[in-house]
Amino acid sequence: MSNGDRPLSPHLQIYAWQWTMALSILHRASGVGLSVGTLLMVWWLLGLAGGVASFDLVQGFVSHWLGKICLLGWTWALFYHLCNGIRHLGWDVGVGFELDTARNTGYIVFAASIVLTGLAWLVGQAMGGVS
Amino acid sequence: MSLRSPLGRVRGLGSAKSGTEHFWAQRVTAVALIPLTLWFVYSILALGSGDHAAASAWMRSPVNAVLLLLLVFATFHHMQLGLQVVIEDYIHAEGLKISSLVIVKGASLLLGVASVFAILKVSFGG
Repeated sequence: MSNGDRPLSPHLQIYAWQWTMALSILHRASGVGLSVGTLLMVWWLLGLAGGVASFDLVQGFVSHWLGKICLLGWTWALFYHLCNGIRHLGWDVGVGFELDTARNTGYIVFAASIVLTGLAWLVGQAMGGVS
Repeated sequence: MSLRSPLGRVRGLGSAKSGTEHFWAQRVTAVALIPLTLWFVYSILALGSGDHAAASAWMRSPVNAVLLLLLVFATFHHMQLGLQVVIEDYIHAEGLKISSLVIVKGASLLLGVASVFAILKVSFGG
């Protein structure tokens, strides 16, 4: 079968990056990241069930700088996936497909994820944080 | 004239026989996770630097325990549905695909059951 002069679908390498496309990939990436993050939640629950010593081990990880960086990343991934998930639910019922709307809700979702992450960490610090 | 049988039309499953329930379960768990996640983040923040005693007391509250169980169920169900799609999209070698699916679904079940056990143990005061 010859398809010499048929138009080719754009190769990924030369495809112009778009905001909506990056956000779509981020949705999937944050979902995979959050799946890994459930390990911390399960460890926290098991630590709590295991007694004071095992709970302190989890708290020790979370208050270590490495644990804090992980937790910050997961906080953002959670809020991003949550906000963008609501955007997806809108599309599922047929709302917000217009190009301008999709771009604008994308900006809103991205900004909201950063604001909510900052807010959660500020409140967390004010409430005693992960000391 | 449709060649589909009356029974086939009523079932409305099409030729693939399945698929819509995956989509539907993904959306229903997504909707459930909106309030549950916000509640969980709020609760974790409210616990603050909380020690073991404070966190245990929080989990012994029946309301918190039940909401936590719902959160765990919705999270791991949503997670394995989502990871399934990622695996099916990117892994095309049949053997690797099926083994990855089994591992991901098995791990989700393991993590979910371990969470439920931990929650019940704490809330029943074990």
